[in-house]
Amino acid sequence: MRLAGRGLIDRSKPVAFEFDGARHSGFEGDTLASALLANGVRVMGRSFKYHRPRGVLSAGSEEPNALVTVGAGDAREPNVRATMQEIHEGLQAWSQNRWPSLGFDLMAVNDLAAPFLGAGFYYKTFMWPRSFWEKLYEPVIRRAAGLGALSGQAGGERYERAHAFCDLLVIGAGPAGLMAALVAGRAGADVILADEQARMGGRLLAETYEVDGQAGHLWADVVLAELDALPNVRRMGRTTVFGAYDGGTYGALERVLHHSGRRPRGAPVETYWTIVAKRAVLAAGAIERPVAFRNNDRPGIMTAGAVRAYVNRWGVSPGQSVAVFGNSDDAHRTARDLLAAGVHVPAVIDSREDAPESRDFELRRGAVVCDASGRRGLEAVTIRTAQGEERIAADALAVTGGWNPTVHLTCHMNARPVWRDDIACFVPQEGAVPGLRAAGACNGAFSTATCLREGAAAARAVLEELGRTVRDEPLPEAEDDPYRIAPLWAVSGKGRAWLDFQNDVTVKDVKQAAQENFRSVEHMKRYTTQGMATDQGKNSNVAALAVLADATGRGIPQTGTTTFRPPYSPVAIAALGAGAEGKGFRPERFATSHAASIERGAPMIEAGLWYRPSYFPRDGESDWRQSCDREVGYVREAVGVADVSTLGKIDIQGKDAAAFLDFVYSNMFSTLKVGRVRYGLMLREDGFVMDDGTTARLGEKHYLMTTTTAAAGEVMKHLEFVHQGLQPDWDVRFVSVTEQWAQFAVAGPKARELLDGILDAPLDAADWPFMSCGAVSVGGIAGRLFRISFSGEQGFEIAVPARYGAALFDILTDRAEALGGGPYGMEALNVLRIEKGFITHAEIHGRTTAFDIGMGRMVSAKKDCIGKTMSERPGLLEADRERLVGLKPINADGRMLAGAHLFREEDPPVRENGQGYVTSVCHSPMLGQMIGLGFLKGGSDRHGEIVKMWDGLRGVTTLCEVTGPVFFDPDGGRMRG
Amino acid sequence: MRIPCPLCGTRDRREFWYRGAAVDLERPAPDAGVEAWDDFVYLRENPAGPTRELWYHEGGCGAWLVVERDTVTHEIGRVALASEERS
Repeated sequence: MRLAGRGLIDRSKPVAFEFDGARHSGFEGDTLASALLANGVRVMGRSFKYHRPRGVLSAGSEEPNALVTVGAGDAREPNVRATMQEIHEGLQAWSQNRWPSLGFDLMAVNDLAAPFLGAGFYYKTFMWPRSFWEKLYEPVIRRAAGLGALSGQAGGERYERAHAFCDLLVIGAGPAGLMAALVAGRAGADVILADEQARMGGRLLAETYEVDGQAGHLWADVVLAELDALPNVRRMGRTTVFGAYDGGTYGALERVLHHSGRRPRGAPVETYWTIVAKRAVLAAGAIERPVAFRNNDRPGIMTAGAVRAYVNRWGVSPGQSVAVFGNSDDAHRTARDLLAAGVHVPAVIDSREDAPESRDFELRRGAVVCDASGRRGLEAVTIRTAQGEERIAADALAVTGGWNPTVHLTCHMNARPVWRDDIACFVPQEGAVPGLRAAGACNGAFSTATCLREGAAAARAVLEELGRTVRDEPLPEAEDDPYRIAPLWAVSGKGRAWLDFQNDVTVKDVKQAAQENFRSVEHMKRYTTQGMATDQGKNSNVAALAVLADATGRGIPQTGTTTFRPPYSPVAIAALGAGAEGKGFRPERFATSHAASIERGAPMIEAGLWYRPSYFPRDGESDWRQSCDREVGYVREAVGVADVSTLGKIDIQGKDAAAFLDFVYSNMFSTLKVGRVRYGLMLREDGFVMDDGTTARLGEKHYLMTTTTAAAGEVMKHLEFVHQGLQPDWDVRFVSVTEQWAQFAVAGPKARELLDGILDAPLDAADWPFMSCGAVSVGGIAGRLFRISFSGEQGFEIAVPARYGAALFDILTDRAEALGGGPYGMEALNVLRIEKGFITHAEIHGRTTAFDIGMGRMVSAKKDCIGKTMSERPGLLEADRERLVGLKPINADGRMLAGAHLFREEDPPVRENGQGYVTSVCHSPMLGQMIGLGFLKGGSDRHGEIVKMWDGLRGVTTLCEVTGPVFFDPDGGRMRG
Repeated sequence: MRIPCPLCGTRDRREFWYRGAAVDLERPAPDAGVEAWDDFVYLRENPAGPTRELWYHEGGCGAWLVVERDTVTHEIGRVALASEERS
């Protein structure tokens, strides 16, 4: 029911929206909950377990009942709190957890079965038979329980991730938060003021108190205007700070566009903020708790603070005749606000015998509400006084059991809140989160004046710590009423009295848990599911533990709270993962030849983050093997070109560069002549192989190291560690130049011929022996040439600054084609190296030593190096270790598979008989059959032996001959020629 | 978690790469014997409380840092460049 002339809504701007398909109208400034109440909609949801009809309980983010689904299709969002959803033109919302409709829900039969569905029902009932757990019980329970459902479709809305930094983060923009932000903002500190509501002001918007001689909300607007004029203050509305983390880091969720039907291009619907603050002031306010009594979940029963908020902020009364029940002066305040708005108040039921008198309304002192009737909406309450029971007609009831400070964030780093008997609530422990102070209602200060005072004091303390000067300014005048409360958690009597509305946990359930010896609050929680719903028991946990304390004969502080964990209120996974979905999770790195490779139709395969061409298909080729064999032929018979830019390139310079390389490589580099290249093997300190690659000596103090594509980052870190951590006095520096140079392999008998055609000066064979390197000029561009080979043919690698890479690739491939060759991809590259027995990370996979791969002699005896001492452990040098061999099926058509295991020909293929495994296989065009590399026990001494290759997964068994790892041109004449 | 890099200032831990205990800085002499090498390569304490760890400022200046960190409170204590930390 809308109240004339009340509220902060804009009556000049009507807004049409739909709920469960019915059209309604509200005003700008309304939430879905306030607009539905104004339209007389009382039932907004059904409870989780008993499917009881439920109305809205609160006016904030703690709402347990009024959860709805908003939006359609892939933008559908379940479990949206109607109290937080602002209405906008075209908004469509649906109720949840009911079938077929909100008014008539078949699952409400659960409510009749309630005597059987108490605490621990599931644990006791669905025990036997065990085979039913997953197949029957879980699917049935999951279907029956639950709230809204996801759309099941991907990516309807955009989410974003952002970072912010400040001197002071103020969490909550009620009187305490506004005052803190104002004091700190005026002093020039960088301030972020975040509040979860659309409009800042907190309880000032919901109460009728004056501040500084004007209405509270007007004072808030004045302060906000001043803050907006300060360049050092940033206001973040609709932003919930949901977690406190190490180092002054806070997680926050900004609801950017939920209040609007519009989706400007690229705009996110939510932004996940990481805010780093030197200091924080928590001014999160408090959450009102209801009192448990029989049928206290009837639609129309809501917290007193919510009733005042609906009346004062939204100009809505929850009913025609609103009774009030409570244990503090807040009950009286609520009645006065209702009366001032012209709403009938049949009675104020105050549990305190000594409650202050009032002539404004009918006051029942020392009385309690003990029952409520009206299944789809409250009709009457039954009150119990010393004289007996009495029925009072009312279509709404405002209930207050006191306020629970919102201590959540102060407990996110392991601290527990402290119980205060005088105000019957938990307050934050001081220093619970380093750098964070609590102020105002969340600190147990409930009057407006103390909120203002604490907010200002917290800001001053922060400013002093940050070394800023603070002016002493007078505080605005405000209400300073004492908070007089007599604890009342649950009204005794028969029937079900609700604590956790969303999860349907009653006083009886908690008592039963205690009776069954689930006496720890953590056990009670899990046994009853108290506080385990989406609202995390914000308005019920304290009452539940008070009931537990009573049932176990302990005090509330001895009973303690359950653990508060982030997030404070639900955060969508989509928001947490913002920016990391799809390619954002795994960025792509492209070589300079990428576009040309795509143009040639090459399928690209991933190598780390890089993309490399598998092969370059030609017309008429029906499968990759044909292309691959053709490309191998280029290299073996003419000339092939391949982009090898993805290999890591590290430029190493300094007086001690040579000594450093001797230390990180197992073999010698100080003896390498300028203008020469050497293959190097790098070990981990435990003696196993870490990486390999060639390193060129470009000058006396200048080397260029190449690493494998996959290990480039790891090697860079390793070099820096060895230098900074182990040899800090050495004069040597490293820089990654992987992306600065485009580098292409030119390999084959016609490689020199090709290069002679493009280099500014022809190559003199005598100057360019195998493993030489030097400067060259190509088209006037200064480049580098390395005579190295990963194919076993005469090979060069030519490098130019990356910006010339694409052009050079085109020139090289054109020339190669003119010479009867062309580009080759990763498949051919792999075949070429397997034929030559060259290793990759398939072989140096982290569990093999230099000895295992036949390079034991590369661990120089003349010097120390990383990994040397441990590589000399006897167990790593035993002759029967699994060592690198070549494998060749004895029948030319025999299949080989990487990952297959090796056994003696006569042994059954079981684990105990394992002799080794296969690491790399290919079809060799040169040999006309499959070949492979692998590790075989004592393999170096078993050449010529027949072993059984067995792949149990794919059902392949092949007899193979053990050979040396080099299948083609074993003495390397082609490579050196 | 935030780590104050002596060169770059305080940065989010996502800029850093974790290696392990700062024991890695105490590399024994090649002939120090089996036990010294076993300790160095394999044996690590797992304390509840203060630790000395090695972090690499990979997304920043590339410095290796020795970071004192409390595994119970997550408090970061002294942070020094590894290059200046060796005895």
